[in-house]
Amino acid sequence: MLAVDLAHSSVRELNATLHRLAPGGNETHWRVLNPRGQHAVAVGIEQPVLVEIEGHVGYYCGGMNKLATVIVSGNAGQGVAENMMSGKVWVKGDASQAAGATGCGGLLVIDGNASARCGISMKGIDIVVKGSVGHLSAFMAQAGNLVVLEDAGEALGDSIYEAQLYVRGKVHGLGADCIEKPLEEAHKANLRRLLDAAGVNGSVDVGEFRRYGSARKLYHFHVDNIGNY
Amino acid sequence: MCGIAGLFLKDRKLEGDLGAMLAGMLSPLNDRGPDSAGFAVYGAEMPGHLKFTLRVPQLFDVEPLLKGLREAVGAPLAHRHHDTHIVASIPADREAPARRALQAFPEVTIVGCGRRMEIFKEVGRPDDVSRRFGLKRMTGTHAIGHTRMATESAVTTNGAHPFTTDEDQCLVHNGSLSNHNAVRRELIKQGLSFQTENDTEVAAGFITAKLRGGCSLRQAMESSLGSLDGFYTFVIGTKAGFGVLRDPIACKPAVMAETEQLVAFGTEYRALVDLPRIESAKVWEPAPAIVYQWELH
Repeated sequence: MLAVDLAHSSVRELNATLHRLAPGGNETHWRVLNPRGQHAVAVGIEQPVLVEIEGHVGYYCGGMNKLATVIVSGNAGQGVAENMMSGKVWVKGDASQAAGATGCGGLLVIDGNASARCGISMKGIDIVVKGSVGHLSAFMAQAGNLVVLEDAGEALGDSIYEAQLYVRGKVHGLGADCIEKPLEEAHKANLRRLLDAAGVNGSVDVGEFRRYGSARKLYHFHVDNIGNY
Repeated sequence: MCGIAGLFLKDRKLEGDLGAMLAGMLSPLNDRGPDSAGFAVYGAEMPGHLKFTLRVPQLFDVEPLLKGLREAVGAPLAHRHHDTHIVASIPADREAPARRALQAFPEVTIVGCGRRMEIFKEVGRPDDVSRRFGLKRMTGTHAIGHTRMATESAVTTNGAHPFTTDEDQCLVHNGSLSNHNAVRRELIKQGLSFQTENDTEVAAGFITAKLRGGCSLRQAMESSLGSLDGFYTFVIGTKAGFGVLRDPIACKPAVMAETEQLVAFGTEYRALVDLPRIESAKVWEPAPAIVYQWELH
C-alpha cells in the first residue's frame, strides 16, 4: 500500500500521481492522510485502484471518477463524486449538497445523510444513501437510481426525466412532474442489487420502499401548452 | 463566495485563545473573500462602561480626539489602539457627551458600541487584517468573523462585515438579499438609521428592530425567514448569544461543529480543522430555515 500525506504533499501532487497510473500497474492501493477538508481530493482517476482517504474532505472529492474505488472515512463537502463515470465512491460519514451531481455511471454510497440536491441532474449513476437526503434531490434526474433508506426532503425529483427513485422513509414532498409509481418485482430485484452493492445486508426489506419517477407530462411538448410559448 | 467563521465557547478555560482560534479559522477562508475582512469579539465587560470601537484614518493624530473624549467624560480614558481602530471605554452615563464630542471629528467613524462587543474591519486580505488588528491576542467568550467578496456594494471598509445596528449586536452574511431596499424603508419608518446602502446592514437592522420589540434572538431570527428574501447564511452575535440561520433553500455552504468546549461555524470544514478536539466533534451541516442558537449562562 502507498500513502500520501496531504500535510506534506499538495492535492495537485496527489492527483497528478493518481493520473499517471498506467493500466495493469502494481500501485493499486493508496491511503490519503490529513485531507483536512481540502477540495478536489482524488478526482479524475482512470484506473481500477483503491484510494482510502482518512478524514473529512472538501468539495468534489472523487469527481469524474472512472473505475477507481474511493473511500472517505469522514464527511464529504459539496459535489462528492460529481460527474462520476464508473467505479465506486463510498462516504462513511455525511455528504453535503449535490452529492453525485451529473454522474453518468458507477456507484455512490453514503453511510450517513446527504443534504440538498443529492443526485441533481444524475445521468446514469446509482446512489445509495443510508440516511436521509435534503430538498430538491434528483432535480432533473435523467437516468440511474437513487435509493434512500430514510427520508427525502421537499421537492423530490422535481422536473425528473427517467431516473428511478426509491425511498424507504417519509417523502416531505414531490417536485413538479414526479409521482409515485408501483413497486413491482423487477424494481424489487433492482433494489436488492443496489442494496447488496452498497453493503446493506438482507435485513432491509425491499418491500418497504416506495418508488417515484416521472409522470412524463413536463418534458414532452404538449400541444395544449402552445399558448404558453 | 464570502467566508464566515464563528466561535462560541462553552468552556471558559478557552477564553484566552478565542482570538487565536478565530484567526486560524479565518485564514483558510482568505480565498473565499479576499476583498476585506472583519470580526467582532465579545470580550470582558468593564462595569458601568460602554466600549466604543472607533476607526480613524491612517496617520491620524489621535491626541485631539482622545483629549476631546476625556473632556467629554470628565475622567481619564481607558483606551487601546489596534491599527486604525481605537477601543475607548466610556462611562455609560457619559455616552451622550462622548457622542457629541465625536461629532467634532468627521473623519472618525464609530464602528461599533457595546458593553462587551468590539468590532474591527478593514479592506485587504483577511490574514493581513487579522494581523494588523492583533486578533490572535484577543480574548472573550464568542466571536464572529467574515471574509468578503463583494457583490451587492462597493469594496469599502464600511461595506465590510460584521454589521452592527445596536449595542452588542452584530451580524455577518454570506449571500445577497433581494428585498433589502423595501425592508430598509420600512425599518427607517420604525426609527432605525443606516450607515450604508448594503443589504447585510438591513438584515442586522431587522434583527435589531425585532429585539427592541421584545423578541428573543431565536424569535427575531425566525421572523427574518418570512421577511428577508434572497440568499443568506447569517451568523449573529449578541452580548450573550450566538445564532446561525440559513435561507430555506440553503443556497450558501455551511458547516458546524460542537464539542463539550465549543460551538463553531465555518463556511467550509477547512475553517474548523485546527480547533481543539475537532477529530471527536459532532460535525454537521445546519439545515435550511432552522435557527441554531446558543446563549451564555
